[in-house]
Amino acid sequence: MLSKKNKEALFNPLSKDNPVLVQILGICSALAVTASLEPAIVMGISVICVLAFSNVIISFLRKTIPTNIRIIVQLVVVAALVIIVQQVLIAYNYDVSKQLSVFIGLIITNCILMGRLEAFAMHNRPWPSFLDGIGNGLGYTIVLVIVAFFRELLGSGKLFGYQVVPQWCYDHGYENNGLMILAPMALITVGCIIWVHRAHNKELQED
Amino acid sequence: MNKNSNIYQILYAAVMVLLVGTVLALIYMALKPKQNENIANDTRKQILSALHIAAPDDSQVKETYEKYIIQDLLVDRDGNIVDSAKNVAFDVKMKKNVKLPERQLPVMKCKMDDGSIKYVLPMYGAGLWGPIWGYVAVNEDGNTIYGANFSHEGETPGLGARIADKDFQDEFVDKHLFQEGEFKGVVVLKKGLKSVTGAEQIDALTGATITSLGVSAMLEDCLTPYKNFLMKLQGAGGAKCDAGPVETTESETNNNQPE
Repeated sequence: MLSKKNKEALFNPLSKDNPVLVQILGICSALAVTASLEPAIVMGISVICVLAFSNVIISFLRKTIPTNIRIIVQLVVVAALVIIVQQVLIAYNYDVSKQLSVFIGLIITNCILMGRLEAFAMHNRPWPSFLDGIGNGLGYTIVLVIVAFFRELLGSGKLFGYQVVPQWCYDHGYENNGLMILAPMALITVGCIIWVHRAHNKELQED
Repeated sequence: MNKNSNIYQILYAAVMVLLVGTVLALIYMALKPKQNENIANDTRKQILSALHIAAPDDSQVKETYEKYIIQDLLVDRDGNIVDSAKNVAFDVKMKKNVKLPERQLPVMKCKMDDGSIKYVLPMYGAGLWGPIWGYVAVNEDGNTIYGANFSHEGETPGLGARIADKDFQDEFVDKHLFQEGEFKGVVVLKKGLKSVTGAEQIDALTGATITSLGVSAMLEDCLTPYKNFLMKLQGAGGAKCDAGPVETTESETNNNQPE
């Protein structure tokens, strides 16, 4: 079930080969949906589902796909899965689907998806591809959650929509940092996380 | 078979697209009733929220809505009621409606727990990234705003999206649509600016100028057609003249304040 290679496929993307921190993929949506925690987590789960299943489907089809149109085939699979996720969300979690609005549709353009399909699923069997999809999705979600945690806490004093910064702080002159809500601070937060991450992983440092 | 032959590629693409299309169509059809129900309930929630009513539970939105909204009306620009069939106002699709040269003017009549009557007017306009819409509830006097609710499709979270926040919507409460007997509506303006028409004003959202302007334009565009309807309400509230409405007590007190 979990040979050494499969373990690598599943766990490497969490830190050493993290799609956001190391490969710098999927940055755009990491900036867009991380103003608060709940949409960040739903977005993460959606990406995990789409990534895992598109990896499996492409991996099953990999021997039949004509090389010339492989990108189109990959796109069709990803687009179909994204539409399914979107429709299911509208039917069963309407509030969150409203919150995420266009960003679910934009999973299609998330570079992580095409990257994993091209780099992994086209050359590997379905089971490792599935694990790779889950791993990369999780790696992406972890970063999203960390960024959203700081942005929601510092930007609106809340976590999951609940007030955590007590009122007496505001009474004594504490202010929410409106900048944290804006996309530039998300980029800077991601930058800080990459900094900390590289400082801890010497082998990732470049000259 | 040669994987790179033209025939194979074309067939592959065609079969794939057909298959995916069929699957998506089936899923869409299977989920459609549930989605429509969600969307209708969401609309009901927004309307109730303009009336400061919250359903006790998400599953009871429809019951709560039907308990409070007692009548649906369609009025014309002269303020006459042209239709009052069940759900006739609720079923108006504002997106299409605002583009028509002769719009329908839907009104939801609502009876509150204390027996007072409110009228909910739907609006629809454009924000920065996409459509914005909302509901404004007006008191029986046809002048005072009782509550408002705004929603949007894709305004920037933390900026334009704050039009959906309670803080912004609460600013509308107790604003007056008429000044000294003349219809002025309400405008959304940057803090410190003064409305040129004399209309009462709401502070615009910082960092969301275009969305704020969009709300203001939507209010003007969608409230003005109701002018005569609102005047008639004021008339029914104790006034006598129909050319220029005589203020009810409430708007009179307001007019005495320096504006």
